[in-house]
This record gives sequence, C-alpha cells and structure tokens, in this order.
Amino acid sequence: MMSWIREWLWLIPLAPLAAAGLLALTPRAGRRRAAWLGIGSLSVATVLSWAAFFGAWPGAGGAGREVNFTWLTFGRTPLELGWVLDPLTGAMLAMVSTVALLIFVYSLGDMRADPNFTRFFCFLSFFAGSMLGLVMANSLLWLFMCWELVGLASYLLIGFWFEKPAAAAAAKKAFLVTRIGDLGLLLGLIYLYTETGTLLCYDEGRGCLEAAALAGLVERVSVGGITVATAISLLIFCGAIGKSGQVPLHVWLPDAMEGPTPVSALIHAATMVAAGVFLVARVYPLMDADVAGEPGLSAALQGVAWVGAVTAVMAAAIAAAQFDLKRILAYSTVSQLGYMMMALGVGGYAVGMFHLIAHAFFKALLFLGAGSAIHGCHHERDIRRMGGLRRWMPVTFAAHAVGMMALAGVPLFFCGFWSKDGILHAAWGWPVSRLPFLLGLAGVGLTAFYMMRQMAMVYGGEYRGGQLKKEIHESPAVMRVPMVILAVAVVLLSVVGTPAWPWLEEFLEGREAAVRAGDLFEHETLWIMGASALVMGAGLVAGWRLYGRRPQRRADAPDPLRMAQPAVFSLLEQRLRFDEVYEATVVRSAAWAAEAWDWLEREVWQGLMQWAGYGALAAGWLSRLSDEYLVNPAFDGGCEGVRGCGRGMSGWHGGRLRIYLRVVAAGMAAMAVWLTWG
Amino acid sequence: MASWTIYLSFIGAALLLAVRPRDMRWVRGLALGTALAGLVLGLAAAARYPADPAAPLIVLARARWIPSLGIEYYLAADGISLTLVVLTGIASVAGVLFSWNVERRAAEYFALYLALIGGVYGVFLSFDWFLLFVFYEVAIVPKYFLIAIWGSTRREYGAMKLALYSLVGSALVLVGMLAAYGVSGGQTFNLIELARGGFSSGFQTWAFPVVFVGFAVLAGIWPLHTWAPTGHVAAPTAASMLLAGVVMKLGAYGALRVGMMLFPQGAMVWRPLFAGLGVIGILYGACVALVQRDFKFVIGYSSVSHMGFVLLGLMTLNATGVGGAVMQMFSHGIIAGLLFAVVGRMVYDRMHTRDLADLEGMALNRVLPFAGLTFAVACAASMGVPGFSGFISELLVVIGAWKAFPPLAVLAGVGIVAGAAYTLRVLQKSFFGDHPRAPVEEMGRGQGLTWPERAGAVLLMAATVVVGLYPSLLLDIIMPSLQASWMQAMLKGGQG
Repeated sequence: MMSWIREWLWLIPLAPLAAAGLLALTPRAGRRRAAWLGIGSLSVATVLSWAAFFGAWPGAGGAGREVNFTWLTFGRTPLELGWVLDPLTGAMLAMVSTVALLIFVYSLGDMRADPNFTRFFCFLSFFAGSMLGLVMANSLLWLFMCWELVGLASYLLIGFWFEKPAAAAAAKKAFLVTRIGDLGLLLGLIYLYTETGTLLCYDEGRGCLEAAALAGLVERVSVGGITVATAISLLIFCGAIGKSGQVPLHVWLPDAMEGPTPVSALIHAATMVAAGVFLVARVYPLMDADVAGEPGLSAALQGVAWVGAVTAVMAAAIAAAQFDLKRILAYSTVSQLGYMMMALGVGGYAVGMFHLIAHAFFKALLFLGAGSAIHGCHHERDIRRMGGLRRWMPVTFAAHAVGMMALAGVPLFFCGFWSKDGILHAAWGWPVSRLPFLLGLAGVGLTAFYMMRQMAMVYGGEYRGGQLKKEIHESPAVMRVPMVILAVAVVLLSVVGTPAWPWLEEFLEGREAAVRAGDLFEHETLWIMGASALVMGAGLVAGWRLYGRRPQRRADAPDPLRMAQPAVFSLLEQRLRFDEVYEATVVRSAAWAAEAWDWLEREVWQGLMQWAGYGALAAGWLSRLSDEYLVNPAFDGGCEGVRGCGRGMSGWHGGRLRIYLRVVAAGMAAMAVWLTWG
Repeated sequence: MASWTIYLSFIGAALLLAVRPRDMRWVRGLALGTALAGLVLGLAAAARYPADPAAPLIVLARARWIPSLGIEYYLAADGISLTLVVLTGIASVAGVLFSWNVERRAAEYFALYLALIGGVYGVFLSFDWFLLFVFYEVAIVPKYFLIAIWGSTRREYGAMKLALYSLVGSALVLVGMLAAYGVSGGQTFNLIELARGGFSSGFQTWAFPVVFVGFAVLAGIWPLHTWAPTGHVAAPTAASMLLAGVVMKLGAYGALRVGMMLFPQGAMVWRPLFAGLGVIGILYGACVALVQRDFKFVIGYSSVSHMGFVLLGLMTLNATGVGGAVMQMFSHGIIAGLLFAVVGRMVYDRMHTRDLADLEGMALNRVLPFAGLTFAVACAASMGVPGFSGFISELLVVIGAWKAFPPLAVLAGVGIVAGAAYTLRVLQKSFFGDHPRAPVEEMGRGQGLTWPERAGAVLLMAATVVVGLYPSLLLDIIMPSLQASWMQAMLKGGQG
C-alpha cells in the first residue's frame, strides 16, 4: 500500500542536506531564514519518515524492500549503493527525525544569543541529513560514507566554540578516536567485499547478509583459526566500539560535552552514538553467523556481549563520581550504550533496539533538561554550584525528573523500565555465562544512584552558586515545549514495549504483535522485574541518604561519597585514568615516532643529500685541479709545440721575393742535376 | 584535437616571449586563455572517450621523426592519459588564477609556466618512448627557472635539488630506454610495439627497477622524496601547485606507462619492495607532517604521504588498485593544488609568515573567512571524507592492496588515520587558533580575497566534489584503458 515511499526514501536525507547547502551560503545575519530552512526541511523529512515507518509495517512491503543502483564499476565488478525500507530502518528514521526536530526547536532558544546561529543550523542540518542517510542504507559502503559524514558533523559541532581550547581539543580527540575504530570498520568492509563481491545487505538473495553469502563466510577460515565471518564481524564491531563509545574507545564521548547542549542531546546522546549499536543490528545476520548455527552464540556476538556488559557497569560507576552535569549524563550514555550492546550480544536483537529508541527519547529529554538548567544558571555546569533549582524552574525540574525515572528504570510507567528489564531477561537466558546479567543488575543500582545524586544536587537543597541567585530563570517556551513533548513520549513509549503487548519489538522483528497478557505474569519475567526494581530502589535510597536527606550547603563541601571511600572515589573521579594511560602509551609513542622520523628526515636524508652535494662539489674541485695542473698544461704544452713549429715554418714565409727566387733557383738547379744524371 | 593542448601551450609561451605585452591585462589574459583552451580541449577529448571499446587508444598524430633510429612523432591517448590531461588543464587554469598578483617579469613568468604545461601535456600524450623522454626533459627546465627566479625560501637550493633529483631520475630512465631499445632489436621506441614484443624475464628483472625508480623519483618515492618538500616550499604558489599537482604525476605516470607496461614480469618480481616503500612513504610522510612548524612543509609532506597511495596502488598489479592509483593521481593533483593555493597565495602573500605558531594567534578565519572555508574543504578532501575524490581513490587503492598484500592494506589504513591527525592539527592551528593574540582588525583590512583567487578555489573544490560524488566520470574512462591488451600483461600478475 505504501510502496511509493520506498521509491522516494532518498528525499528524507536530501531535504536537510539541501538545507545545509543553502545555509552554507547564507550570511550570518540571515538568522530567521536559517531557522526556517532548518526546521522546515526537517519537518518535511519527519513527515516522510513517519510515512516510511508505516510503510515498513509488517505485511505492507513484502518482497523487494530495497532499491539498489550501481555507483561505479571497476573492471567487471560493480560497486553498488542502495537503500532499504525494513522495520529497523523505519523505526530509526521515525526516531531520528522526531528527536532531531524537537531539538532543532529547542535550539532556537538555547542558541538564541550565539553570533554564529546560522552556521549552527547549517551544521545541525548537515548532521541530520547524514544520520538519516545512515539509517536507511542498504549498501554498507553507503552506510560507511554517512558514518564518516556524521563523524565530520560531530567534529564540527563539538568544536563549534573553537575559541575555547577545551572544545578544539575535544573535537580533534573525538574525530581521531572514532577514526581508529573506523579503520577496523573499513577493513572489515573491504574484507567482506573481497570475500562476497558485494556490499549490499539485501539484493534478492545475492546480498552479503543473505543466506548464500553467509554460508560461504562461515565455511572459510581466516587468520588464527577463526571463521571469516567472525573476523569480519569483529572488524566491523571495532567501528561500533569507536562510534558508540564502548570500552576501550569511550574516552572521546565525555569530552565531547564541550559542544553546545543541543548537540550533546542530539548527536552525543540520542542518535549518532547509537549508530554503532544500529550497525551491529544492521549486520546482525553476519554477526550471528556461526558454524553451529545456534542464534546468539557466535564468537562475534559473545565479544559484543562482554564489551557491552563491562562498559555498562564501568561507565555507570564513573558517572557516580563526576561533578559536571553534562559529563555525568555522558557517562550515563556510555553505560546505556553498553546495555544495548549487551542486549544484542546475548541475542536480544529486538529488545536492544527497543532500548536504543527508548534511550534516545529519555536521554534527549535529560540533556534538554540539563541544558535548560545550565541556561538558567548562566552556563554553570558544575553541580556543586547549583542546587534548589526546582523553585525557579518547575517545568525543567518535572521534565528532568521524568527523564531520570525513565533512565533509572522506575517500574511500569516509564519506557526505560521495560526496555532495561527486557535486556536483563535476555541476559539471564544467555547460556554462555550469567556474569553479564549480574553486571547489568549492578549497573541498574549504580544508575539509580548517580541519577538520584544528580537530581538532589541540582534541584534539591539550597542554591550554592553565590551571587547569581537573583538571575536564575525558567527557560522560554520554545525550550520548554520540546521537553514536555519528549516527557510525554517517554511515558507513551512504555505502552508499546511491555511483555504483555511487545508491539515495537515484534514490529522490529517483522511480525504483527498480539496481546499476550499472560507473558507479563510468567515466573521468570516477574522474578527479574522484581529483582531489578529492588536493586533500582536500593540505588535510589542510597543516593537519597547520601545527597538528598542532608543537602550540602556550600559549593566546596566535600562529596559524601568521597568521605566514605576516598580511594575509590578519586579513582572514579579521574575516570579510571584511561586518558592518562593513553597519553603515556599511544599518544607518546606516536609523538615519539613523528619526532624521530622528522629527525631522520632532516639529519639523515637531507644530510645524505647534503653529502652527495659535497661529493659533487669535491669532484668539481678535483676536476678543476686536474684541469689546471694536468690537462691544461698538457694542452698548453701541445699548443706550444705546434706554435713553435709554426714559428719555424713561418720563417720561410717572410714574403721577401729574393728568398723565394733563390729557393726557386736552387730547386731548379737541383732538378736539372737530377734529370741529367738520375 | 587533444594534441593541440601541447601546441597551444607552446604557442602561448612563444607569443608571450616574443611580444612581451606591457599591459598586464594582456599577459594574464593570454595565459588564462591558453590554459582555458587546454582545459576545454582536454575535457572534450575525455568526454568522447572511449568512442569504440574495441580500440582503447586514440591516435592523435603519427609521423616518422628520425627514421634511421626508428623514432616516431607519435601522440596518442587512452583513458589514463586523458584523466591526467584533464587534471593538467584544471591545475593550469587554477595556477594562472593564483598567479594573478605576479608583477615581476610577468611575461617571462607566464611563458615559462606555459612551457612547463606544454611539456607536461606532451608527456601524457606521447606513446613513443623517445618523444616522451624529450617532453619529460622539456618540463624540467622551466620548473627550475620558475623556482630559482620567482621562488621564496632557499629558492636556489630548492631549485637545484629538484633539478638534480630530476636529472638523476632521467639518467636512470635513459639507461633503461637505450637498453630496451638495443635488446628489442633497435627498430622502434614505440611503447605499444615494445610492450607487444615483450622482453625476456631476465632483462625485465634488472630493467624494471631502473626505469621504475627513475620515474618514481619524481613521484616522491621514499627515500628519494626529499626534493619534494623543499621544492614545494621554495616554489612560488602556482609552481608548487603544478609541482605537487601535475609534475609528481609525471613520475607516477611514467612508472605506470613505461616501467610497468613494458616490464610486467619485472614488476611482479619487485612489487613487494616497491609496495613496501609506498606504504613507508604514506606513514613516514604523515608522521613528519605531524611535527612541522612551517605551514607549507606540512602540505609538502602530505604530498609524500598521498603519493605513497599512488605507488601502493600501482604495485597491487590489479585493476582495482591501479585504477585507484590513477584516480588518486587526479585527486591528489586537485587537492594538493587547493592546499598550496591557500598556504602560498591566500595566507603567505598577505601575512608574510608560514610559521604555525604565529598563525595560531591571528584568528585567520575571521580575517579571511573564504580562505578558511576553502582550507576546511581542502582538509576534508585530503582526509578522505566521503563526497570528495580522495575518499574513493584511497578506498580503491586499499581494496586493491587488500587483494594483493593484506598487511600492507592495514598499514595504509593506519596511514589514513595518521592523515586525519596531521590534517586536523594544521587546520586548527592555521585558521581556527584558540589564542587570538594580535589585534585582528588591523591585519585584515583591505586584504580580502580577489576574484581570481575565489574563482580558482571554486574550480578546484568543484572538481574534487564532482569526482567524489560521481567517480564514474573518471573510472569509466580509466577502466576500459586497463582492459587494453598491452595493459593486461601487467594485470595478469595480480589477482583480479
């Protein structure tokens, strides 16, 4: 019924990209035009995205969900691009465009005073277009191109205030660290291409994610005895690690908070950082391919699960010891992305994607709330110098509280509860190990703890920021309305994700959902829900007892957790010293290599050249000396001899007639003698 | 018609020298007109190629030149030549536009410039080895004078170094040429016929490295690359654009057209070594670029790094890698031109410094916003961001390398990451410095970019974007040329 949208899907990324192109040519003063162009084009994309969402309805599309075309051919082998409209794409399109639209509107308020408002909307539209292109890709090459473009957009937007040294450094770090992961992804794609001859995911049976290709990949063995499928999957996963801030490449994401808050909300919470999870979901058939053939047990997926579980709990622990409002949320994002990875790794494909979408909404909401609080406090980001904001900013407080409860997983009314519960359920059923489940459960407690800490320090107690108290204000309506809409969405989303009616998950797996109220009351489901609720409650209570019950009065009062566990706290505060370790190893050795080679260049190669030059000069001098003392004298001597000879001869040719006549006479006499007697 | 690119350039040069117009408008107009005509002719020839897939070679001119030695005046073109002819056209037009402010001895400057262009066109279109060699030498002379007379930092040193390296390379090529001529029976220098005739594998094994290295010196093969950064830095802007943009391609083109086409078995024997040198060049150039303080040296070493991709691609000996190498020649020609234009013309001619530590405090993007935009685009293209030509060409090279030598493909990939590192460093330090020290307002007034600078920048940016978005424009003429019988022997060695 909705097949037209499949043909016209390219319009969705094109609209914001075209707007970005026009905005690049718009002068700084054209602020109104910038706002209209950015929001208008994204509205078009949003409407189309929802049409695509419903067009991807199970049963609506059927066969031929993809549109492919040849981009270039070399030799006889084509390199094709294309897009696909399956439930995964449909859901991602709808989520990305909707969240992006709300954040665009919010930016009108948040970035109102910025002199480079036009450039901001240009970059933001460029990002939105690239991201929408990424999620609709059927060709992994197309996906990679958009993947790089969103990385570029992220670089440009983190460094938007490049006059701040921290922002400039953070932008560079983000780009380089993710590029290290991208190298793995690129090599994985090339490997895949050389093995299967195509980078199209689906191509009527010939795609690289379809049965025929996968069977071949599983049979062949790569280096180290692993199958080719595993090797490619792990390489591709490197890209996901970099983009989605998984351990050990997570270090760029907290620094990325130097960008404007709408950027943090859109790119570094809701959409781009989730692209790594999306990538794993997109190539899930490849990740899942294994000799044994059992779903969810391939070597690659086991790696995904472990990386995700470790990231989830580690980042949550670090978040508990940060003081920067946005950095707490950034570590929270890293942790939640770990949950998604874990879900995919243990075989919970649909629930992982459900958590991705739920997280996009509630984390965007949290960031908008944080941005609003920061905006109200004159760009103060340290939670120690906030406090008591609920009095001045009731709407922000309420919205932030909804986001916090969704993230912590407060039961029943918040989507975060259902999605996290689904993940724990999937982890419980993983036959390899129960440890990821336990780590995930511990992470739930930590999450509840650090969110309670944040809420108590920002909104509870008394304001600790000093002089600026009079000027604290609630944000304008243009910032409040997107927050309210997101808060409503966070609650509504919980309706479609319960075990009783798992509509979204069934949609993602391409099935029609049925109401199965009985599932909700299964023994295992109830047990896990109860356990996670209990742990969550414990985390909330612990947070309240430490930070809420006796709120701190002064900004420089020591953190209660530091008093209890000074060693642990300071280690966590220093983010487990990942940055220092990298600085001492990777960065220093790269710098050393560069210096060494530069020295080699200047002293050795240039020196060699110099010596060759001296050699040539020496040879020149030698030639000159030999010229002067050997060749020239010899030549001169020879010349002298010839000249002497000539001089002698020229004596005969004096031009005097008498001598000539005498010679002639003598000659004739001699001839006469010779003729007479000879 | 494509052969007129050569004649027009030399006619333009001769006219400028003979007439020496007083009015600068005539000088520039004549130079620009000649360059534009060459570009149009090149584009027209490329657009019609290949007229007939069965005949991948278009003969442009063929006459006996020195019959007793079998030397012919043989001009012809295939897709590889035409790609580089188009590149030369674009680079030469842009170079004239970025030379608009040359006042001193302008007629001679542009005459030498056009003579250089003519020689370059000649190399790309010659299919007689002797003729190719003559054009190759013709190109060296004007290059020397352009640097030595109109150059800047240590110009005599740079010019002499460049000339010496070129001549050493030429000497090797000459040895190889005479040996091949003798061994093949002393009948012909015709490249196609020599390739068809074939050489014994023993001869190829020693002739290939001689000829290949001889040409590759000019392509900046490590460790014979040191002329490149010094020469680029010493040269005036347009000359560095041409040096990096097309002269380095002369070397790579010769290595492919002569070295690899005539001695495919020799290439098979030696390819691990030269592919390895290519990868070392990629990493080495990137690392050295990372710690330079002189803006122009960064770009100079980036050229060494990017040309490493060309050598690696050539040495894969498969269609993907070699096609990618030709794409990379085009792409790097455009991007290096753009980078040098920003450094030499837009920044150095105004600020009179190239020290990144100084530039960092000038907040240049506020003084010269258009230059900042141009440089940002050039950097993105240079880093291989999709949508620019550098992405697809480096991708093809790495795919080709993966088929031939997977470990080297991985190292080349590391080189791409290192490329991002030095590019971002120089981008932030040069235009987007975070410590504005000097008062910005005083420096920039009345120094806005002129229309020729804008036009040249737009031309180059458009070229890299168009090819980046629609690489088939070039690939569809490069790939049929690789299918020609005389190129196939070379590709048989590689797999695919």
